Amino acid sequence: MSDVLLKLAGVHTHIGAYHILHGVELLVPRGQLTMLLGRNGAGKTTTLRTIMGLWHASQGSIRFGERDVTLLATPEIASLGIAYVPESMGIFSDLSVKENMLLAARSARRVSQIDDARLKWIFSLFPAVEKFWNHPAGKLSGGQKQMLAVARAIVEPRELLIVDEPSKGLAPAIINNMIDAFAELKATGTTILLVEQNINFAKRLGDSVAVMDNGRVVHAGSMQALADDEELQHQLLGLAI
Amino acid sequence: MYDPLFLVIASEARQSSGHGLPRFARNDKSLMNRLDFDWKPLALVPLLAVGVLPFIGSGSTWLTLTVAGLAMGMIIFIIASGLTLIFGLMDVLNFGHGVFIALGAFVATTVLGLMADWTGSPELWRNLLAVFAAMLVAMAVSGAVGLAFERFIVRPVYGQHLKQILITMGGMIIGEELIKVIWGPQQIALPLPEALRGSLLLGDSAIEKYRVLAVLVGAAVFALLAWTLSRTKIGLLIRAGVQDREMVEALGYRIRRLFVGVFVVGSALAGLGGVMWGLYQQNVVPQMGAQVNVLIFIVIIIGGLGSTGGALMGALLVGLMANYTGFLLPKVALFSNIALMVGILLWRPQGVYPVANR
Amino acid sequence: MLSRILSNDFPRSRVLTVLLLLVLLALAATPFVFPGVKALNVAAKVLVFIVLVASFDLLLGFTGIVSFAHTMFFGIGAYGIAVATTRLGPTWEALALGLLCALLLSLLLALLVGLFSLRVRAIFFAMITLAVASAFLTLASQLSDITGGEDGLTFKVPELLSPSFELMEQPLLGVTLDGRLLCYYLLFAAALLLFLTMLRIVNSPFGRVLQAIRENEFRAEAIGYRVVVYRTLSSVLSALFACVAGAMLALWLRYNGPDTSLSFEVMMDVLLIVVIGGMGTIYGAAIGSVLFLVAQSYLQDLLRLGSEAAVSLPWLAALLSPDRWLLWLGVLFVLSVYFFPTGVVGRLRARAAGAKA
Repeated sequence: MSDVLLKLAGVHTHIGAYHILHGVELLVPRGQLTMLLGRNGAGKTTTLRTIMGLWHASQGSIRFGERDVTLLATPEIASLGIAYVPESMGIFSDLSVKENMLLAARSARRVSQIDDARLKWIFSLFPAVEKFWNHPAGKLSGGQKQMLAVARAIVEPRELLIVDEPSKGLAPAIINNMIDAFAELKATGTTILLVEQNINFAKRLGDSVAVMDNGRVVHAGSMQALADDEELQHQLLGLAI
Repeated sequence: MYDPLFLVIASEARQSSGHGLPRFARNDKSLMNRLDFDWKPLALVPLLAVGVLPFIGSGSTWLTLTVAGLAMGMIIFIIASGLTLIFGLMDVLNFGHGVFIALGAFVATTVLGLMADWTGSPELWRNLLAVFAAMLVAMAVSGAVGLAFERFIVRPVYGQHLKQILITMGGMIIGEELIKVIWGPQQIALPLPEALRGSLLLGDSAIEKYRVLAVLVGAAVFALLAWTLSRTKIGLLIRAGVQDREMVEALGYRIRRLFVGVFVVGSALAGLGGVMWGLYQQNVVPQMGAQVNVLIFIVIIIGGLGSTGGALMGALLVGLMANYTGFLLPKVALFSNIALMVGILLWRPQGVYPVANR
Repeated sequence: MLSRILSNDFPRSRVLTVLLLLVLLALAATPFVFPGVKALNVAAKVLVFIVLVASFDLLLGFTGIVSFAHTMFFGIGAYGIAVATTRLGPTWEALALGLLCALLLSLLLALLVGLFSLRVRAIFFAMITLAVASAFLTLASQLSDITGGEDGLTFKVPELLSPSFELMEQPLLGVTLDGRLLCYYLLFAAALLLFLTMLRIVNSPFGRVLQAIRENEFRAEAIGYRVVVYRTLSSVLSALFACVAGAMLALWLRYNGPDTSLSFEVMMDVLLIVVIGGMGTIYGAAIGSVLFLVAQSYLQDLLRLGSEAAVSLPWLAALLSPDRWLLWLGVLFVLSVYFFPTGVVGRLRARAAGAKA
């Protein structure tokens, strides 16, 4: 089993006439939580979407484990064991919370077929999911929707979790909840690629870090090294972690 | 605005949910589910029916007209449901949906013609079997043609609305002409089987037997659709796909495969509707596809593109309106549908139950 | 001088230029070059359709609005002339009044339709216009006191344009210079004028903004163009041109009925021509109309030959029956949408541009 679960090499992405990614090089080590940092517009979301096949790379390669997934269609990529939580959460507001979860559980035809223990664990991480089980997902507050989005991604064990700004727009107390949840998730050995602006996430959870700017990865290394180097932090992110 | 029919069914399911989570199944006292759905459009149908009563005067006439309206509405719903699902899920505008209607109707003429001794028989069960046979064959043929239509006409233009409109219209013209080649360009009579003719007498009102059958079949189709959509995983996929196709793919489902299935089912439903429409009018013409097309569009515009519940509302409203105005103000009858559509759009520009995305 | 007439919108392809010149010359000289009533009728119809399709191209190709109610304005124009001359007699004043009223009615309806299109989404709008067009058709058949119902109205035209009028005693180049000829050249002049006007409109700053809106409405609004105003104006203009085209048709046919101008077939023909000719080019209307109408008129003859030849295979004979010409046109239509998405004009221009590059 190789150390690196996901590898991007020289990935370029064009959206219409716009050249967004200019040769992204990214390594996501297995079993660790990799933070993808960068200013707004640096290309983080585009990178995630390209990995998921929602946008196709015009150049370069993406390897997941042993497989080259650069040109695969989104459903195929997802069924290889990658769960994706988009920036917009992708909640089906007309469906109930239960139905949202059922949909994410690919192997279950009915709710009763979802692993009980796992569901209980998810409820302990995100009590709101249990509380609003039968309610339309659209009725949840922003923070609760975020939790549902993450809950959905973990309803079945996956090899890689790709999460885009899970704390966006959340109140600080709830963010702490979210961080705790990710810490528990990390403890189960899931590999996580996390895009976040919130520094606390980085400090508490990050093992590796990659910083993007202008469609390129401009720095990659361990979180510890970055946390120790204040000058580097200023240079890359404009502030201290 | 949440499509209430699924919430209603979902809340029923809540009571019987067997998963080891009994706490909230019994303790959840929140009335959110019950009151939270959008009941206003549901009230339109009874409002119309009741509101028109004083104008009609006689209760028995009202009953006849209402049943006629409901029957017509149900038939229209059968046809419209397929189209609205296809649009909602696949974002495909099939302006040629009418061709399946006509095809179904014409196939029925052939089948019933072949089974003339069964339709001529005074025994109800024989008649019903003949009609159901015609329905099945019509659905099969329409479904098969739908498969070809999706593959050769629609698939190459996924995502391009303008081209879809043009090509599907072209497809309808081709279909209509081919019907003329096979069955001839003139109108063909489609008489009702013996035992289905005539009316039942309920007090003073005469209720045509066939209309009762139409309402029953329509209700059955609706029930089946509603059950599939709300209780099965495929139905879940369809409902989710209507909302956010991309996310369903990101969850690992090859939704494109589902498209073909939905298209075929939608076309088959149109074929079924065609049979029923043909029997309702007791004749079929090759242009009937184009004629009913406009009506169907009005219905799904009223209902909201992508919403099955909305299609039912719209269809019933259109059916009732056509019959009431036909009786009260015949001159206006033809425009009643347009007026209804404009009225609804002024109230809710996206139809009564618009689907969230798009 | 030429560039001013063509509003700087040259054909940009040698083949296209040649074709357009041929069309222009052929139409100008039809009465002399192509003898017979049928040829003249086809040519007149081509002139009418050039204006009608160009007006539709303005709406669809340049503004990006799909409206099936376009034939409504065509019909209004035709009925305007028909009703006026039936009621007020075949005088020039009647024609003027009829045209004026038709234009006013078109203006009003186009305003309504245009403004409504902005309240609802494009797909909705397309479907609604279909419903409206069908309702209007029914309306025309119903109001038989005014419109002559299903049978339509047959009427006389001013003496100058009627067949019985003779300009000169002896024929010129073998053709009698009668009122029909004058009528034809009136149509020709009108068509040419209107065509060039539309060319001017789409190449003006106004036309550029329309194209910008078609490409990216949001952006156009953000830059500061009031999309509402432009789209409504475009709807109105295109409706007015269609209205005049209808008047031209009625003048030529001296008859108008619901099927002549309001039917679904006419709408489909317009769609077909605009697609085959090339959307967003205006020239496409000219090339497309000629191709289409010539094919339509002579296709039936062709099919008849084929059908007779295939008499041994009844199913083939049925497919090739001249009554089924619409089938083949439909097939051609579908194929054009696939393989000629930019139309004849688009293809020719792309070829020319490719050759230069």
